[in-house]
Amino acid sequence: MSRLKTLVNGIIKGNPTFVLVLGMCPTLGTSTSAINGMSMGLATTFVLMLSNLVISLVAGLVPSKVRIPAFVVVIAVFVTVVQLVMQAYVPALYQTLGLFIPLIVVNCIVLGRAEAFASKNNPFDSFLDGLGSGLGFTLSLTVLGTVRELLGSGSLFGIKIIPGDAILVFILAPGAFIALGYLMVLFNKLKKA
Amino acid sequence: MARESNFKNMFLCLLIICFGGSALLGGVYLITYEPIVAAQAARVNQALGGVLPQFDNMPAEEAYQVEADGKKMTVYPGTLNGELTGVAVEATTTKGFGGQIKVMVGFLPDGTINNTAIISHTETPGLGDKIDPRKSNFSLQFNQKNPESFRLAVKKDGGQVDAITAATISSRAFCDVLELAYKAFRQSIQKEGGDQ
Repeated sequence: MSRLKTLVNGIIKGNPTFVLVLGMCPTLGTSTSAINGMSMGLATTFVLMLSNLVISLVAGLVPSKVRIPAFVVVIAVFVTVVQLVMQAYVPALYQTLGLFIPLIVVNCIVLGRAEAFASKNNPFDSFLDGLGSGLGFTLSLTVLGTVRELLGSGSLFGIKIIPGDAILVFILAPGAFIALGYLMVLFNKLKKA
Repeated sequence: MARESNFKNMFLCLLIICFGGSALLGGVYLITYEPIVAAQAARVNQALGGVLPQFDNMPAEEAYQVEADGKKMTVYPGTLNGELTGVAVEATTTKGFGGQIKVMVGFLPDGTINNTAIISHTETPGLGDKIDPRKSNFSLQFNQKNPESFRLAVKKDGGQVDAITAATISSRAFCDVLELAYKAFRQSIQKEGGDQ
């Protein structure tokens, strides 16, 4: 597989949210607005890139029976780094996303890429794969966040564009499922075409 | 690919990974420690500036703990030229619809509520989050009211507070947290009175 394909795979063919349907908890929880979804996606991308890189470096040295605990420790370390950095430099964002940042550790996408790709490929390809999957996740969360924010609060990236009350349900959990369902249909339709 | 597992290499491998990980985290913690403390202090100071009347001291440095109803709360006294102008109480309730609500309440020395500021909450967006003054006028109705004469309960419960439509639980929780803050304020005033 060529390098470009590795990168693009995570964005379209193996899109974590719309195709693999992984990591639903942070997807539904943080996509209340476009900016929240995008930030969550970028935080996950950072963790994916670095954990994939480190895991592919150490995979050959880790005995197979303890590989999952070893991978989880590596992932948890990077998630904590993200958490501390966010808390220090973007406290306002940390206030809104705070609860979901530690949950990146148990996000199936991160461990899934580590196990399915990084442990079998070279560090550079693994890094690209992490970047691709992360961008795919960021893209889906941003799109979902944009749709929900537009319908649910009538604004876009925090700027009010539709005056008056909006369809509140889209900010709440049921709206998340409805929006995600329709986006998934649309994405898979477009992917086939 | 992965090596044969035996007790020794499994043990060593996890030990090294954990050790490396903790070293990295220790480093990041040291770098981010100061900005995190500063960011938290900035939040508290911003809230204090909004709820206290004029003051020229550093309330955050003169803060002390008060216990009321079995809960510990932080009290920030505000003074102007050495004269007490107001007291801010940071109170928390767990009776909210979505969990904890943390509020900073500013009292004048006679117990009148000067202003309130939400520090953190997890109420439902669009419904319960109207307790936040940035979202609705709900919390403004408490300003300049003295809990001595103003019944801190929603009208449905026989009080004088106009509840948020479709968010009675959040409204009740807000009253609860104010009541709690008022109790802490009474205690702190007694304490200050005793000192002088």
